[in-house]
Amino acid sequence: MGQAFDFYQILFDQHNHAYEASGEKDKIIIQVGAATCEIAAGADPVAREFEKLIQASGRKDILLKRVGCTGRCAREPVVGVFVPGGMPVKYEQVTLAKVQTIFQTHLQQGQPVAELMLDKKTGKFYEYVVILCSSGQCSPSGGKQLETKLRSRLHARGVDPQSIRLFHGGCMGLCPAGSKGKQRVMMVFPEKILYLFHNDQELDEIIDLQFARHQTAEKYITHADFITEQFFRLYGDVAFFNKQTRLTLRNSGLVDPESLSDYIRNKGYEALARVLDGDPGFVIDEITRSGLRGRGGGGFPTGVKWKNARTYSNDPIRYVVCNADEGDPGAFMDRSALEGDPYIIIEGMTIGGFAVGAQRGYLYVRAEYPLAIKRLEMAIENAGKHQLLGKNIMNSGFDFDLEIRLGAGAFVCGEETALMYSIEGKRGQPRIRPPYPTQAGLWGHPTVINNVETWANVPTIMLFGADWFSRLGTEKSKGTKVFALAGKVNNTGLVEVPMGTTLRDIIEDIGGGIPNGKQLKAIQTGGPSGGCIPASRIDTPVDYENLAAIGSIMGSGGMIVLDEDDCMVATAKFFLEFTQSESCGKCVPCREGTLRMLEILERITCGKGTHEDLDKLERLGRLIQKTSLCGLGQTAPNPVLSALENFREEFIQHIDEKRCAAHQCQQLIRYEIDAEKCVGCTLCARRCPVSCISGKAKEVHVIDQDKCIKCGECYNVCKFDAVMKN
Amino acid sequence: MATATKDGLESDIVKFISQCRKKEHPESYLIAVLHKVQEKYGYLSQDHMNEVAQRLQVPTSTVSGVATFYHFFRLRPRGKYAISVCLGTACFVKGADKVLNAFQTELGIEMGETTADGLFSLENTRCLGVCALAPVVTINDTVYSKVTANQVPELIRQVKSGKNVEG
Repeated sequence: MGQAFDFYQILFDQHNHAYEASGEKDKIIIQVGAATCEIAAGADPVAREFEKLIQASGRKDILLKRVGCTGRCAREPVVGVFVPGGMPVKYEQVTLAKVQTIFQTHLQQGQPVAELMLDKKTGKFYEYVVILCSSGQCSPSGGKQLETKLRSRLHARGVDPQSIRLFHGGCMGLCPAGSKGKQRVMMVFPEKILYLFHNDQELDEIIDLQFARHQTAEKYITHADFITEQFFRLYGDVAFFNKQTRLTLRNSGLVDPESLSDYIRNKGYEALARVLDGDPGFVIDEITRSGLRGRGGGGFPTGVKWKNARTYSNDPIRYVVCNADEGDPGAFMDRSALEGDPYIIIEGMTIGGFAVGAQRGYLYVRAEYPLAIKRLEMAIENAGKHQLLGKNIMNSGFDFDLEIRLGAGAFVCGEETALMYSIEGKRGQPRIRPPYPTQAGLWGHPTVINNVETWANVPTIMLFGADWFSRLGTEKSKGTKVFALAGKVNNTGLVEVPMGTTLRDIIEDIGGGIPNGKQLKAIQTGGPSGGCIPASRIDTPVDYENLAAIGSIMGSGGMIVLDEDDCMVATAKFFLEFTQSESCGKCVPCREGTLRMLEILERITCGKGTHEDLDKLERLGRLIQKTSLCGLGQTAPNPVLSALENFREEFIQHIDEKRCAAHQCQQLIRYEIDAEKCVGCTLCARRCPVSCISGKAKEVHVIDQDKCIKCGECYNVCKFDAVMKN
Repeated sequence: MATATKDGLESDIVKFISQCRKKEHPESYLIAVLHKVQEKYGYLSQDHMNEVAQRLQVPTSTVSGVATFYHFFRLRPRGKYAISVCLGTACFVKGADKVLNAFQTELGIEMGETTADGLFSLENTRCLGVCALAPVVTINDTVYSKVTANQVPELIRQVKSGKNVEG
């Protein structure tokens, strides 16, 4: 190994020794999240309360740790209590009162509090929790066969199958290529042991030793790659997590994002050390072979982009840029990644800089993400102090520096040419390509622009190799994808799954389905540039090609779930309002075209549309797609066109019947008072801003439809459900 | 407290600008400078923009071009309490439009306006990335999650009485 690796080894040993010396390994760890969303949910006072209680109790064996986001947004603040050798317990929606209970009962008396646990539906404790590797790619039945087999064999050996909780987990990335389905893996809690077996006989032996005699079946113990195992050990016993495969989010929720030491002890900077001792061409080849494609939405092969930048000219000045201008409304993958593990992005960019021959990189971050910016600033400064950025990185002779540039609330700056102008301090208006940024980018020099998630993949690929990475995913879309799951779904949050996972797996299994027993109507992916996928397509495997084929796009990973109460016309209008107001105004099709489309949609949602309007929308939409200057305009009509294709009958209902079945288009709602239910309390009449409700006290009230402005105030205030929306 | 120079901008911003002048591509720091000015004064006044142009040596037309292009920059002062309703997709789906209406009714101002007493201004934002807690409203730097239209009057009362929010 070369100089950089020697440097890394010393660095790792230093941090590891300090960790060992601190005795942290043998301590009870209380983990409290520290991302924007968790803080909004109240994580800060919860952490302070734990701190107070730890101090008051005088216990030196408990350590409070702040970590990045685990992605379990709907249940935040999530608190983890990890007692060495015990089950990794996670508590949900922790309040100050719950902190008291958790501390007294779990930490002081050693009894986990079942009713406060994350996703715990019963108060029952299990002797063991077992996760079977049941990745859909290896076992088409989803591991059901193996489960049946395991349960019957447990029974045969006198072990009560009910004492064991069984989960079907996602891919742990253990098997060599070509061995699909020939070997199986299971993880057993509380021991957190990973067993590998090939046949029933081996399975029997494991059952016999582990579950019947409570011993370890040493012979079958295996180890997954470090990163997967780390994650599964702490979170594997919760269904929301064990269906996921975390590569780019590998440290989120595990490490203190502000600690370089934590990052280094979790394989951080090993990839960079190996890379710096080698040849830049090797990096580009490896990234190309891995099949990594841009995660910002376009899906352009990353290796090809890097090669173009390196070979296009002899220009000695080159740049790498991280696009963290996460402008899609409803997307928060990049924010969580930056807040939860800033160092992985920095390491990825440094590797990229070395590969393409750049000495400087820029992180273009939204100004709306103050915490992400703070963490990045801290991480850059810290990396610089440890010779991981700046001059002569890791004694390799490679110089590389990073600078943060803030956006200022312009969605169009997510487009790469606009982003470059913004970094240059100008108005962020896109220009025609070619020349591409890899040919003439920042200040005319070759520039590689990749999205946050793309950069976060780089260290992992260089660490475990292109072959390992390309085993995950589908033929043309390799690796994993992070989705921000939001809208009408139970487990809103951040999920990372292998490409090719079906929408059903994401929404039903991980997302926990639709709340309040409502029906799924559509899934919106790709934000304002994407489309609405109807519920009938829920079995579509998610990758670049499949989503394009059904009229949407992968986009950067926003996934909004819509249910029966959502009006597709209003949703299409919402997205168009957004792109319309974000249009930079440089080219006519986007500036004028989207405005005209919006006017038509407004007419339809007010009940003044005609059938001819639908044809106009389609014609105009296709024209804008073809003739706009940049990606914003070219994709702006997508939400409307896909809604028209998949939900045309809703548009027609608005036009012909002047009715909005979802009661979302205000102008089409008709408020009426149910004579049977009205008790004449006069509340609605008193609250009506236009005094259009008549009726004496204790008599049935009537709404004057001609005067009604459809504000809905009467509907909101009625205590007898007498006001109806029709 | 930093002292004001004779022509307006306070010394720390002046110092930042002169540091930027020494770096490569000084004009590229324009947006960063405007962020600092807005952070300090709450908005970008014409005088301050002119001074930035002069000190950074970029045309005033460029400064005003940039300031008007980006939504984040305000050209008018905002109220003591800046209420920002998120209108991102997740918030929209969960009823942010009703929350916005409630604020408009309760405060008697439209989006982008400030109340006559200078206390409240109403803005919107396109996604804070806290989608799982939708609908979301921020008042100055405090984030309120899962806000409903019914809670709005109480929220305003709380803010007025000085609870929960840093002024």
